[in-house]
Amino acid sequence: MSTAMKQVFSHPTSLKDVQTHFCPGCQHGTIHRLVADAMDAFGVQDRTIGVASVGCSVFLYGYFDIDVVEAPHGRAPAVATGVKRVHSDKIVFTYQGDGDLAAIGTSEIIHAANRGEGMTVIFVNNTTYGMTGGQMAPTTLPTQKTSTSPYGRNVSTDGYPIRMAELLSNLEGVAYSARVAVNSPKNILQAARVVKKAFEVQVKGQGFSFVEVLSACPTNWGMDPLKANARVESEMIPYFPLAIFKDSTVA
Amino acid sequence: MQKRLLVKGNEAVAMGAIEAGCRYYFGYPITPQSDIPEYIAREFPNVGGVFIQAESEIASINMLLGASACGARAMTSSSSPGISLKQEGISYMAGSELPGLIVNISRSGPGLGGIDASQSDYFQAVKGGGHGGYHTIVLAPNSVQEMYDLTMLAFDLSERYRVPAMLLGDSVIGQMKEALVPHPYVAPDDLPAKDWAVSGKDGRPQRVVKSLFLGDGELEAHNWKLHRKYQQLKDKEVRFETNGLDDAKLVVTAFGSTSRIVMTAIRMAREEGLKVGLLRPISLFPFPEKAFAETTSRIKRVLCIELNAGQMVEDVRLSVARDADVFFYGRPPGAGSLPTPEELLAQIHMHYKD
Repeated sequence: MSTAMKQVFSHPTSLKDVQTHFCPGCQHGTIHRLVADAMDAFGVQDRTIGVASVGCSVFLYGYFDIDVVEAPHGRAPAVATGVKRVHSDKIVFTYQGDGDLAAIGTSEIIHAANRGEGMTVIFVNNTTYGMTGGQMAPTTLPTQKTSTSPYGRNVSTDGYPIRMAELLSNLEGVAYSARVAVNSPKNILQAARVVKKAFEVQVKGQGFSFVEVLSACPTNWGMDPLKANARVESEMIPYFPLAIFKDSTVA
Repeated sequence: MQKRLLVKGNEAVAMGAIEAGCRYYFGYPITPQSDIPEYIAREFPNVGGVFIQAESEIASINMLLGASACGARAMTSSSSPGISLKQEGISYMAGSELPGLIVNISRSGPGLGGIDASQSDYFQAVKGGGHGGYHTIVLAPNSVQEMYDLTMLAFDLSERYRVPAMLLGDSVIGQMKEALVPHPYVAPDDLPAKDWAVSGKDGRPQRVVKSLFLGDGELEAHNWKLHRKYQQLKDKEVRFETNGLDDAKLVVTAFGSTSRIVMTAIRMAREEGLKVGLLRPISLFPFPEKAFAETTSRIKRVLCIELNAGQMVEDVRLSVARDADVFFYGRPPGAGSLPTPEELLAQIHMHYKD
């Protein structure tokens, strides 16, 4: 019997075959894979420059087999601006956490987006500062307990979680802004499509693209991976809705 | 006859940078340096350069970091409060071994201070400025011509050693106009290939520009590497000017715009028959330590004059022969604190001994 075998799943070539330092149940690994798959899909590994930020994702260069520049905390969109302006024909992306992008780096992300820099930004929102041990983030949900909001986030004194994908979608310079999650097979498949689309926007020179990815941090949430995954669905998605907020590539 | 132009010091920086092939500028407006971005914004379209007025000083230094990581010749400029904001990025550039030019047309402080000429950023410039125990190359021009020449030199030194370079001027040197003889930039033939720059790996091994080193012993080794380069700079790249030291009984030292007033005071002293000489550091890092040591092995009296309450004088004291006397005269910067030549001549009289 002859059966034509077709390979439908393999390790992305843009991703090194190494163990990661991520905690059990952390979804950075899944998100790394989606980004690598997008690079592979467009065959741009050899002409992509990643910009790593400060936080759990700083070791980007240990996992992606691409050229990487490490940026100071929050400054990745400014560093990526310098990179993209020199290499306007290359693919440039940043990969940033919520403290990095939505607190200390708010100015840099808003202005890089507003200039319409031809870069892709992958924003991982897990409602906490992971690397430093689970402090309150700009995306920490109301009443959520963290090491610096031990009685729960009090919106009257701490303010409200910032919805970055919606906020950026209001800027003229942004071509594409969306939010996805990776807590279920269905959501992962949608996240893969959106991340790929964000890279496509850059490959086609259509402008600034932004993908917010909701992600679990079981270690700092004090949950096992399954409960953390369930929290993404029950608590995060209601506050941070999954949607494509702007796509200026469609008429 | 060579072409002579009457230009501002700040314009000379921009002209020197463009002549030296700098095609990436990132900055933010601040007095008294805004002539630099204004000139570059006007001229870059003619040479295919990229000018970005960034949202902040912090963003502009990080855009410089990114462009430099690609191997591009790139710069930013600012003035004291803005340079404070850039220190984070300068530290990361130093740690990542990235070249790049940072121009500080300094003004008075602390805080918002004022827009008058100041040399109060000496410590910040030569001692690292940001966190982590690094140095930048620091060059201090004292004329419009040197603003042009040293801008070119700063790019070359920065790229040769992969150490960020600072051109340290002030509002006098930036705003005054005098004759400039422009000349073509000639690239040194010993500039190393930028085989570290990111460009997309395209068949070669991955390149990473970073300053994080967590492995056992990695960061110490990295820091020793940086400090070996600082030692090389001290061995090979010291620049200074001397005048009238052969018969001098008193050495006067000053850098930047203050040295121009000092030169007038020395001329007045010479006209009175006083044997006074000048030792002017041009490179503030690397500091001319040996020049001070050798000069003070013969001449035992040094007068250091600064437009601050005493900063470079500390490096002078560390460098002179042990039996030399070092005197200091300075005024903290602010409107009206620029000393007159007569005021400095009085200081020369006070410390001169035949």
